[in-house]
Amino acid sequence: MGPESGVVDPPWALLAEVTHACPLHCPYCSNPLELVRRSTEVDTATWVRLMEEAGDLGVVHAHISGGEPLLRPDLAEIVAAAERAGIYTQLVTSGVGLDADRLGELTDAGLHSVQLSVQDATAAASDHIAGRRSFADKERAAEVVRDAGLPLGLNVVLHRHNLTHLDAIIRLGVEWGAQRIELANTQFYGWALRNRTALLPGRELLATAEETVRRWRERSSIELIWVVPDYYEGIAKPCMGGWGNRSITIAPDGRVLPCPVAYALPDLSPPNARDHSLAWIWEHSPAFNAYRGTAWMREPCRTCPQREADFGGCRCQAFALTGDAARTDPACHLSPDHHLIQELTKKPGAAEFVYRRPGA
Amino acid sequence: MNAEWRPALAASIRLRHDRVRDKDLLVMPERVVVLNPEAGRILRLCDGSRTTTQIVDELAADFPDVSVADDVGEFLMRVRGEGWVR
Ligand SMILES: C[S@@+](CC[C@H](N)C(=O)[O-])C[C@H]1O[C@@H](n2cnc3c(N)ncnc32)[C@H](O)[C@@H]1O
Ligand code: SF4
Ligand code: SF4
Repeated sequence: MGPESGVVDPPWALLAEVTHACPLHCPYCSNPLELVRRSTEVDTATWVRLMEEAGDLGVVHAHISGGEPLLRPDLAEIVAAAERAGIYTQLVTSGVGLDADRLGELTDAGLHSVQLSVQDATAAASDHIAGRRSFADKERAAEVVRDAGLPLGLNVVLHRHNLTHLDAIIRLGVEWGAQRIELANTQFYGWALRNRTALLPGRELLATAEETVRRWRERSSIELIWVVPDYYEGIAKPCMGGWGNRSITIAPDGRVLPCPVAYALPDLSPPNARDHSLAWIWEHSPAFNAYRGTAWMREPCRTCPQREADFGGCRCQAFALTGDAARTDPACHLSPDHHLIQELTKKPGAAEFVYRRPGA
Repeated sequence: MNAEWRPALAASIRLRHDRVRDKDLLVMPERVVVLNPEAGRILRLCDGSRTTTQIVDELAADFPDVSVADDVGEFLMRVRGEGWVR
C-alpha cells in the first residue's frame, strides 16, 4: 500500500549490514564503491535498540550481513537482541571465521539459519574470484552448520567466469548439505557495476546454465532458486518487493535505506537511525516515500498493467543506466531506454575484473 | 493417518504470534506463511508430545460445535507434505 492511501503496511524483513569490512575481495560485490569505514560503525547498544524497534515495527526476518558480519565481535549480542524481539535471524556470511565455537556462541544467542556464499566449485577457482584463500574455511563452515542442525542455504553469484561450472557448483551444494542454493546471476550494482564488462556472461552460457538447472530439478530435491539475469530477459524485476514495501536496510553507519544498493542514489539523503526512530523513517521519511507505491511513476509504467507486480523495476538500475531514478527500469523491454541494456549485452565480455578493496 | 503419529514442527521452523499484524506465522529461512486462526491453533498443539487423536480431542473440547476430525487430519497431511511438520 502506498503513501497515497495514508496507510503504510509494516515491513517484513530487515537487512542489517553490520559492517562493510570483509576479508574477501569479490569483483561482483554489490557493496558500494565507497565502503563505510569501521570507525563510523554504530555501536552495540544502537544495534540492540534497532532490533527492539524493528520487532515493534513488525519485522519478522533479519538477514545479518555485510561485508562480513563475523568481523563484528559483538555479533552474538546483536543476534540475541533480535531473538528477544521475536525476529528470526539468518547469518549471511562468506564463511571465513565460522568455526564450531563461533557458531555455538551465535546459536546460543538464538541464531536460526545460515546462508553461506561460495565463489565457484573448486578451491582454486573459488579462491581466485574471492581474491584470497577461503574455500577451505567455507567447507568447514558448511560442516559446522550441518553439525549444529541449522538450515543451510548456499549463495553462488554467477557470471562469465563460473557459469560453465554450474553443474559442479550444484553438486558441491548437495555434498555440503545445503537445503537450498540461490543461483544469483550477478546484479549490477556497486563493484559488480564497476566490473560489468568482465562479468556479463552472454546468452549462450545462460542458456546452457538454465538447462543444467532444469536437469537438477528433475533428479534432486534440493531447492534451486534461479535469480533471473534481468539484463537478458527483457523484464524488470520486482526489486525488493517494492520500494519501502517489504524491507528495510540498515547500513553499518546507521543510515537507513529502502535497499542495500541505494547508497548510489545521490539525491536520496537517507535518514540515520541515530537521529530518528525506525517507525518514523519507515512511515514518514522522504527517502522511504520517494518511490513508494505507484504515484511517482511516469509512462510507460504509470498505465501499465504490470505496475503493481514489478513496481516499475529497480530505481537504482534506472539511475545507473539513465541518470534518472524515476525512469522505467531499462531492463524492461517497454522502457524507452531498453536499447542501453541491449547494447551492453551485445558486446562480448572482455576486460579483466578489478578486486573489491577499501578506499576506492 | 497413523494414530501413533505425534506431529511436531520441523526443526528450522518457528511458529509465532505476530502482535503487530495480530496473526499467527510460520517462519522459515526465506519464507513467512501467514496462518488463519484455525491453522495456528492446530499447529500450536503439534509439539511432538500429542498424538493426532489427542490433538483432535483437545480441539473438539475447545470447540464443541464443530466437527474437526476430518479437517484436522487433512490439514496435517497437507502441512507434512510441505515439510513443515514431521
Ligand atoms: C554482499 S554479501 C555480504 C555477506 C558475505 N560477505 C557474503 O558474501 O556471503 C550478501 C550476499 O549477496 C550476494 N551478492 C554479492 N554481490 C552480489 C551481486 N552483485 N549480485 C547478486 N548477489 C550478490 C553474496 O553472495 C551474499 O550471498
Ligand atoms: S560479496 Fe565478497 S567481497 Fe562482498 S562482502 Fe561478501 S565476501 Fe565480501
Ligand atoms: S513498463 Fe514499467 S510497470 Fe510495465 S512491465 Fe515495464 S517496468 Fe513493469
